[in-house]
Amino acid sequence: MRSTESNVTQSITQVIAASSLGTLIEWYDFYIFGSLAVIIGQQLFPSDAGASALINTLAIFAAGFIVRPFGALVFGRLGDLIGRKYTFLLTLVLMGGSTFLIGLIPSYSSIGYAAPILVLILRLVQGLALGGEYGGAATYVAEHAPVGKRGFFTSWIQTTATLGLFLSLGVIVLTKNILGAKNFADWGWRIPFLVSILLVVVSIYIRMKMHESPVFSKLKAEGKVSANPLKESFQKKANFKMVLVALFGATMGQGVVWYTGQFYAQSFLENTCKLDFNESRYILLWAIVFATPFFVIFGSWSDKVGRKWIMLTGMLLGVVCYRPIYQYFLDATDVKEMQKTMLLSESEPVVERGLVPDKADSLITTTITKTLTNGMTFKESKVEVITEDVLAEVPAVQTVIKDVTLSTQSYIMVILLVFFQIVLVTMVYGPIAAFLVELFPTQIRYTSMSLPYHIGNGVFGGLVPFIATLIASFQGSTPLSGLWYPIGIAALSFIIGAVYINNRRDENVMD
Amino acid sequence: MSGLKKILGLLWIVAGPVIIIFLFMQAADKIGEAAEGIARTNTTLQWAIIILIFIPICTGLVIFGYYAWKGEYDHLPESSEEL
Repeated sequence: MRSTESNVTQSITQVIAASSLGTLIEWYDFYIFGSLAVIIGQQLFPSDAGASALINTLAIFAAGFIVRPFGALVFGRLGDLIGRKYTFLLTLVLMGGSTFLIGLIPSYSSIGYAAPILVLILRLVQGLALGGEYGGAATYVAEHAPVGKRGFFTSWIQTTATLGLFLSLGVIVLTKNILGAKNFADWGWRIPFLVSILLVVVSIYIRMKMHESPVFSKLKAEGKVSANPLKESFQKKANFKMVLVALFGATMGQGVVWYTGQFYAQSFLENTCKLDFNESRYILLWAIVFATPFFVIFGSWSDKVGRKWIMLTGMLLGVVCYRPIYQYFLDATDVKEMQKTMLLSESEPVVERGLVPDKADSLITTTITKTLTNGMTFKESKVEVITEDVLAEVPAVQTVIKDVTLSTQSYIMVILLVFFQIVLVTMVYGPIAAFLVELFPTQIRYTSMSLPYHIGNGVFGGLVPFIATLIASFQGSTPLSGLWYPIGIAALSFIIGAVYINNRRDENVMD
Repeated sequence: MSGLKKILGLLWIVAGPVIIIFLFMQAADKIGEAAEGIARTNTTLQWAIIILIFIPICTGLVIFGYYAWKGEYDHLPESSEEL
């Protein structure tokens, strides 16, 4: 008896390991592109800013917002027709192959416009593959999980998106440190892309050895596989209404909480608070390390108390806490005010002279490094334009603050606040795979759960930076105005979830 | 709770078209503000993709509201047998 239990446990451990490793690699592949976008732009795109921006827009917007949901439909349908195992194996091959090939594309100086067009095509394949991967992995694990432990087992899949981000940042930082900044910018940036193929081969080998989901195998043996999963998912009212409630009552709010905690926080610290490049990344890395176990804690807890209120509490806490948290970020980095009373020392000014791009005017930048009594440092640059046209209006001297480093106390506090935001991510994201799996019947589960997930995460979440910037451009806006988008969407999703969703924990997914 | 679900359903029905109109107004505004040439093409492309994506999502919100108004969410499946 003990031996049988041990075999079952081992088998489930293998299922989780095989599924999670593959999904982690897919997220890694998706994120390294984003993390290396600047270098890719320099190496593979034309120097003409306009053309570059156009191709970038297509790569970012189309891959994230159109191709991902489309991939969910294409591979979801395939997964419900031929099985989970072979479908998410296919997505892994597509993702790994396209990532590897991005690392091999010759530079723009060698092959001209073929380089950015190849990047665009491969990025679209990445988006397509990502759209198909998650639903397959979550369904596969959930259909293996024992009764009463579905939240716990699927929560391991939920850690992979965050760990994929962590791994991508880690590999990039490590490669850059080993090769040096110049070599990394010249050719070393290709290594994180090429390394992916090794990870993918290992993952494919492991996945090949796994069996098909027992629930799907049984369905297939009984000849009950859906003939048209798309039609059954979206034309059958009983199922379509569940797709809608999953989207508006859960995944939409989850998406914005996810992106705000892990991307907007870092971007806000770097771009709005002018925090030092490395410091903003280290803050995120520390927060991820400490918060990641909470995916499993909340996933497991949802097996006992239900999925609904854990997810909705995460959204509500986001609605209530985002503005005070980001206000603290602004206050803790307001060096303009602090230096009036806390200035300890100033470095000798460093003067740099240059030209204004596309003009004959000269640019003089004078930079002073300042230290405050609390240990904070920052650079203050005065940028002066010397125009040759004697009749032209003399431009005002601009003062720019950059490379702010925090005092120890503020540093710890900012890590804690980013950690708290990622804990909210774990609350909304940890139980959601089990929640989605239990919402739909086996025949159309892959298709039905993939679409709301990728619209919620990819579209609503992926638009956080764009819409936050849009709101910040409105007249009378403040640096915190961009937060109204995630706050509004999370609040809306909370209301819909609270009113329309059941707090069920389905013991049986053999339906 | 059923009454609340129905009343909110009307709100979702109205919200769908309102969001689309708002997006069209924003798109016209931002495209108009963009400089001539590739910058304007780029802004137009961004907004075209956003509107293309949000039209079906907002249609979904209207259908969700309609289902709520018709009482489709008064009872949701409690177990897999009801799926």
